[in-house]
Amino acid sequence: MDIDLSFQAMTMTAKQFSEMSKNFIRETMVTTGAKKAIDKLTAPIWSWGQRNALYPLHFGIACCALEMAASSGARFDAERLGIIYRSSPRQSDVLLVNGWISAKIRPSLKALYEQMPAPKWVIAMGECSISGGPWYDAYNVIQGVDTFLPVDIYIPGCPPRPDALLDGFLKLNRKITAENRGSFLED
Amino acid sequence: MADEMWVNMGPQHPFNHGLWNLRVRLDGETITAAEPIVGYLHRGWEKMVENRTYPQIIPLADRLCYGSSFSWSHLYCLAAERLFDIEIPERAKYIRTACLEIQRIISHLTWLMALGTDLGSYTILIWCLREREVFIDRMVDICGARMTYNYPRIGGVRNDLPPNFARDVIRSLDLFETRLQEIEALTDSNAAFRMRTVNIGNISAEKAINLGLTGPNLRGSGVELDLRRHEPYEVYDDMDFEICTATDGDAWSRYRVRVDEMRESDKIIRQCLDKMPEGPVRVKVPRCPPKGTVGCRVEDPRGESLMYIVSDGTDKPYRLKVRSPNYINLSAAPAMLLGYKISDVPSIMGVLDMCIGETDR
Repeated sequence: MDIDLSFQAMTMTAKQFSEMSKNFIRETMVTTGAKKAIDKLTAPIWSWGQRNALYPLHFGIACCALEMAASSGARFDAERLGIIYRSSPRQSDVLLVNGWISAKIRPSLKALYEQMPAPKWVIAMGECSISGGPWYDAYNVIQGVDTFLPVDIYIPGCPPRPDALLDGFLKLNRKITAENRGSFLED
Repeated sequence: MADEMWVNMGPQHPFNHGLWNLRVRLDGETITAAEPIVGYLHRGWEKMVENRTYPQIIPLADRLCYGSSFSWSHLYCLAAERLFDIEIPERAKYIRTACLEIQRIISHLTWLMALGTDLGSYTILIWCLREREVFIDRMVDICGARMTYNYPRIGGVRNDLPPNFARDVIRSLDLFETRLQEIEALTDSNAAFRMRTVNIGNISAEKAINLGLTGPNLRGSGVELDLRRHEPYEVYDDMDFEICTATDGDAWSRYRVRVDEMRESDKIIRQCLDKMPEGPVRVKVPRCPPKGTVGCRVEDPRGESLMYIVSDGTDKPYRLKVRSPNYINLSAAPAMLLGYKISDVPSIMGVLDMCIGETDR
């Protein structure tokens, strides 16, 4: 640390100092290659934690919402895969879009997606959210959720069976495994 | 007096099943005004079907209300048959009646499941889902679909019943009778459930009629009105069943009416299977109906639903109007909510049995 820097540190506020030291550590980690090594070592742990506790948002739109409820019932038991529905977007990782998206709900859906914290995925469940489905010529239905949200998994069906929903979650599980992304020093 | 404030409950809120918004004005915790906002699921159903031929509308009618899809596609077929002026085979009528009552049980179980979660009893949800699967399996036996059946046709039903269907249904019903007692034991003797429903959301018979309530919500106020008895369609005039009513007009009586209705549905299904004749299940229908209009109303699990078709003699309807029971029931919500606490909202709105797909259309 050169003399210039320490002189500045004396006149700084606590917030500015923590910001400066954070940036300093980050830059050192990146330039020396330590960040890469730590990411590579810890990535499987992050990935394991993320993929085995996928909390979808409890947000039922239309028909597929009933199959979503059925999949968490006794027969299909989604909870054994770590799928627990949360009522707040702040607590969830997965946005399960289960139904047609009308022009009126589109801004709310986008707001819900933006309210979710960073590692987040979108599942388009059913024909309506994939491509408009039976409402292909309706004036008020958005033709597919992928026109305004990045979709990871598509589950076809009208509505898909609960087994298909669980299969979609397992596919998302494999996708997160393949991504295997470390998030050391990342927000 | 505390400051008044508006609270938005929706469109994403754990208590609303379906996509709608309830705005309530609060004075402390007491509701002084309420305003339901719908339209989040509007897709222009009535306009869309003007571009479909008559048989193409059946799967779309299924998706009007996904909670009880059979009753809507059946209503459409019934209205279209009156428009085409054809008589369907006797066996098809019995099959339809049995399926309608299976659908009523499925729909009421879905409602009880949602009410259970609203009132904080997760066990009710799990148990009702378990019972629902049994009846969904019977519908899967018939037509292969779990929720959107696409089974009735103009002029009958798509296919005959599978072998051993009657035996399977009787077994399911026997199981269901004991299981329903267990579920009732879970709710009737549950102090928390009673406290949250008894004397909550009271509405008198006169007011319920003036607000246009129909179905179990009206019968919960003591009005004996059931279109299955008073304007029979299919084979309901041959069936022996009671009209379930309760007198108090609160959330508890509307809950009781629906649970009793499941027992009556059980009775009707057994009678249907007993009396079912042999024969064809479908007749040929012409491509285009004659010019004219027809209105047809039936008793949906949620109330009185109506379809009004105007035909101009082509193979597509000129106009198709849907009267959804839930839209009218929802408009009665402010009158029911007024003066109760905000924590009573889930129980009052929960027993109305919301299904927004048909409300917004």
